[in-house]
Amino acid sequence: MDNFMAARSQMALSLGFHIIFSCIGMVMPFFMAVSHFMYLKTHNPIYRNVTKAWSKGVAIFFATGAVSGTVLSFELGLLWPTFMKHAGPIFGMPFSLEGTAFFIEAIALGFFLYGWGRFNKWFHWFTGVVVGVSGLASGILVVAANAWMNSPSGFDLVNGKYTNIDPIKAMFNPAWFSQALHMSVAAFAATGFAVAGVHALMILRKRNVDFHTRSFRIAAIFGVVAAILQPLSGDISAKMVAKRQPAKLAAMEAHFKTEPYSPLIIGGIPDVKNKKVDYALELPGMLSFMVYDDFKTPVKGLDQIPLADQPPIAVTHYAFQLMVGLGMAMMALGVIYLIALVKKKSWFTKRWFLKLFIAATPLGFIAVEAGWTVTEVGRQPWIIQGVMRTADAVTPMPGIGYSFYLFTAVYFTLSIAVTFLLYRQIKMVPVLYDNAEPLTH
Amino acid sequence: MMIYVVMGFLWLALLLYLVMGGADFGAGIIELFTSNANKSRTRKIMYNAIGPIWEANHMWLIIAIVILFVGFPVIYTTMSTYLHIPLVIMLMGIIARGTALTFRNYDAVTDNMQRVYNKIFVYSSFITPLFLGIIAGSAVSGRIDTGATDFLSAYVYSWLNLFSVAIGFFTVALCGFLAAIYLIGEANDETETKSFIRKARFMNIAAVVAGGLVFIASIEEKIPLVEWVFGSIIGVLAVSAASISLMVMWYLIVKGKRFIIRILAGFQVTMILLTTTYKHYPNIVILKNGGYLSLIADRGADKAIEGLGIALLVGSLFILPALGYLIYSFQRKDKGDVAEH
Repeated sequence: MDNFMAARSQMALSLGFHIIFSCIGMVMPFFMAVSHFMYLKTHNPIYRNVTKAWSKGVAIFFATGAVSGTVLSFELGLLWPTFMKHAGPIFGMPFSLEGTAFFIEAIALGFFLYGWGRFNKWFHWFTGVVVGVSGLASGILVVAANAWMNSPSGFDLVNGKYTNIDPIKAMFNPAWFSQALHMSVAAFAATGFAVAGVHALMILRKRNVDFHTRSFRIAAIFGVVAAILQPLSGDISAKMVAKRQPAKLAAMEAHFKTEPYSPLIIGGIPDVKNKKVDYALELPGMLSFMVYDDFKTPVKGLDQIPLADQPPIAVTHYAFQLMVGLGMAMMALGVIYLIALVKKKSWFTKRWFLKLFIAATPLGFIAVEAGWTVTEVGRQPWIIQGVMRTADAVTPMPGIGYSFYLFTAVYFTLSIAVTFLLYRQIKMVPVLYDNAEPLTH
Repeated sequence: MMIYVVMGFLWLALLLYLVMGGADFGAGIIELFTSNANKSRTRKIMYNAIGPIWEANHMWLIIAIVILFVGFPVIYTTMSTYLHIPLVIMLMGIIARGTALTFRNYDAVTDNMQRVYNKIFVYSSFITPLFLGIIAGSAVSGRIDTGATDFLSAYVYSWLNLFSVAIGFFTVALCGFLAAIYLIGEANDETETKSFIRKARFMNIAAVVAGGLVFIASIEEKIPLVEWVFGSIIGVLAVSAASISLMVMWYLIVKGKRFIIRILAGFQVTMILLTTTYKHYPNIVILKNGGYLSLIADRGADKAIEGLGIALLVGSLFILPALGYLIYSFQRKDKGDVAEH
């Protein structure tokens, strides 16, 4: 395997793996905090049991996310030393702060997991909230660092030297807010739907129905609200991409030709050679409208971008279509849920309703992976947009292919192990968390 | 000025990782050297001891690595290029150990899988500090050859030498020693206490032997370790203080003291780190061509150091009290049942 491709694949694999664990690790503590709150208010032991069951999941995901995150902090140097040599001091500020946030999260998790019956109950609850808040803060900070790669700022490049470094300005780069917002909302949507789906399956199978219904309600409402808000943050993101990374936007849309009334291209198969998209649905003027709020202004197409600066078009386009499609599906399901909540309570127990949520279990995470594919592949050939090419940043060490195979094997095994563990946790709910005997605290 | 704050935090993070993460690794190393009959009991005591703080113990590594890549990018990238292979092995150890520990505690069903988790846990507890030690040794062994043209001298001989490997084993022994001393205070009865004291003695001897090997290897490889350690008054004082405190510690162990000995063991490790870093400060990487990578000369942009220093200072205001309270809370074994979580 080509060294450069191997390094890119290993990085993609590591990020793709880590993102799932970090999303769950930063969102589930909020679910936990809600059910814990309900328990403290209502004294209904089911809520305590739900909290405990979820906290086991959080512990598994947090530990796996912590190690895969540790690995990433080394991989930046192992795979992209030239990038880190220059970028480290510039975009390091969010990482320095993230170290603190992550540390606090680990400490708070220690208090929370081992604190049952040891501390004031509200202090104990508060430590659970801290796990969520610091986890979310970590996520936002890391995404801000990634946003810097998309919209580099806070330095001047003079004769190949990086000078006038301003880490604060680099952290608050133009894309930080749109990306952090989009990712945070995505994490809530993906985790909410995934957790709700698992509980919906158990309700459908008539296992511990009360336990799973209460869990389902908490997870679903987070996912539903996030899914409905997500298009809004997506719009902010797309406008930012259009402004800072026209090549990425053009690839996302497979938008080959710069012309007035630029069409929004939905689906289709990009034909890169003949610069057209087959079998696509084209909405004239809509792309112009989405980017510039008027139908006429032309959006920069791939014809105005030098071939050497173009990202892989097909991958970026498909990934973007997939993300948007899944996002729309989740939003539609979200609307159905809200209708059920407000008007049609009977839907909650209907099989079709539960089946829809079961089917939606993986959708959010597939959308998250697709979204990161758009961000990262769409930025190619640059590692720092317009400043440094990915190919110039790669390690001089040969044989990265073997390292890639090793990491693939390890992450594959870990995925199976975590799935297996979750399966056993869920299977053991009747024994560990929701037995019929009266529970006392 | 801020550069000294940052360097201080780097040293502190390394020290705390060595002491707290080290005791944590050591727990697995001790399990590796425990007879099968006593394994499950030893495991239970250890988990009760390290469970609540184990995630926090490993954050120090992340703090250290972030300080390196933000503040000292040349040092970070040189090490990660030429020590790529031991770093990857160490990372594999970190992945295996962290997940195995969590899996064995959070697997809802207790069956044969536990044996798989245990095996992975104990071996990775050994391999990870071994390679951490090898990496630390390689940084100062003067074998990193930035001008090398062939694969072996650039990426293999940079770390595969007697000195680095000896430091690796010394690190393993230190971890085991720290854990054994820590666990003496966690023992529930006389038999357990005796068993941990025996292990502490074994690990102490192992550390002395491995330390001897480090010196022999340094002479063999022409590394002026003797000069680094004994060449300055601070070095001599630190070594003397460590030796005296070691004797005091064993006297107190015999006397039945259980907690003060932890502080003394931590003190000894602090002295070892002080001795080994003091003499070639501010250089932390010694290259084959005789050059150095220095924390002063090779630091990143001033603004970056400034931001990093402030982040560390502000961060420690949150982290240190919270961590202190966490450790304090779970020291009091009598209150609540740790196993019920």
